[in-house]
Amino acid sequence: MITDKKKAREIIARRVALELNDGDLVNLGIGIPTLVGNYLPENIHIFLQSENGVIGMGGAPEEGYENPDMNNAGGQPSTFLPGAMAFDSATSFGFIRGGHLDATVLGALEVDQRGHLANWMIPGKLIPGMGGAMDLVTGAKRVIVSMTHTKKGGKSKIVNECKLPLTSIRKVDLIVTEAAFIEVTDEGLLLREIGPETTVEEVQQMTDAQMTISDDLKTMKL
Amino acid sequence: MKKKLIETNQISEMIQDGSTLMIGGFLGDGTPEMILDAIVEAGCSDLTVIGNDTGFPGRGIGKLISAKLVKKVMVSHIGTNPETQKQMIDGELEVELVPQGTLAEQVRAGGFGLGGILTPTGLGTTVEDDKQRITVNGREFLVEMAVKADFALIKAKKADYFGNLVYNLTAQNFNPLMALAASVTIAETEELVPVGGLSPNEVRTPHTAVDYLIRGGRG
Repeated sequence: MITDKKKAREIIARRVALELNDGDLVNLGIGIPTLVGNYLPENIHIFLQSENGVIGMGGAPEEGYENPDMNNAGGQPSTFLPGAMAFDSATSFGFIRGGHLDATVLGALEVDQRGHLANWMIPGKLIPGMGGAMDLVTGAKRVIVSMTHTKKGGKSKIVNECKLPLTSIRKVDLIVTEAAFIEVTDEGLLLREIGPETTVEEVQQMTDAQMTISDDLKTMKL
Repeated sequence: MKKKLIETNQISEMIQDGSTLMIGGFLGDGTPEMILDAIVEAGCSDLTVIGNDTGFPGRGIGKLISAKLVKKVMVSHIGTNPETQKQMIDGELEVELVPQGTLAEQVRAGGFGLGGILTPTGLGTTVEDDKQRITVNGREFLVEMAVKADFALIKAKKADYFGNLVYNLTAQNFNPLMALAASVTIAETEELVPVGGLSPNEVRTPHTAVDYLIRGGRG
């Protein structure tokens, strides 16, 4: 079991990076999803889409080279790669909702065994709003949840049924944590890989949801 | 032809208490900060604000929130402004949260003469409450109404004296959509050039959509 947080985040980002294909148009959420860009295999080039109206977004600029009109969807200074372009919010969400986005990688507060995701509010506690999350989960060709397996205190984020308000009734496709690579199938959750230094028993203990274990269970190759 | 260039103090004479404002920008990027400063100075109150988010305390729409001039916001995100959340919890501010793509389309529809839009976003979530669901070709959609405003307050990189507007990179966002969706559109521009000084190819909002211009700098 991986307990070091930094290591856990790196494992998740590395594993998700292997799911992306050359030429994909991808939206990476804030937090762990943003790290995915750092671990792409050498021959894989993807185009990053950002809700605020960009395709071809790069990483953070060198200090002193920030452009105040070149930000990411978190409002942080960013860069444009050669070939990038900017557009308005309706066009941006046309790409997201219209089925033109190959993948969206985002975090979750809870995911349940049907593949439903909740990631935009905790009633009475935390109400940031959905931003672009509902459109992303509803419209992207592939929805990849990347998150640590448990909450602070060790409670499972993968539950039988989401108690928090849902982001979408569109099922996610994959759940990637430091401990598990889970595919959401029509029959429910399928554990296909376990994380490094992790046992199946540990994954089962960390997971509240019902889960089938693949006959071909592997350890993540990173 | 009417001169469009005005001073910021003229804005406060135009905007009445209780007005509905569309304000461009994404976390403050592409928000007309000088116009918002003028509204704060004038103390217009009971405003309804439609925008992507409520910015940060003291930046973007956050300026109006901090000054307690707003009674209702219709936005996709308030997570970067703790003051919005505090006023909401204290019952001083009504917050309607809208999926970002839905909001963009509602504004576009408002400006483009449509009654609303059909979107799959929000189906089966709390966003669907009190809304109509309809089926088209076997697919389900939510009916989301067009929105309009009394004023659109937008930000451009460049304008000519006619009011043709050019936007800059990620400062574009909601601005060109809002330009058409209000009774009165006021654009703050970083640069003002003579008529003919903009390539027709780079103009994103035609001048006929713009009623007034404010010469700004960077907020």
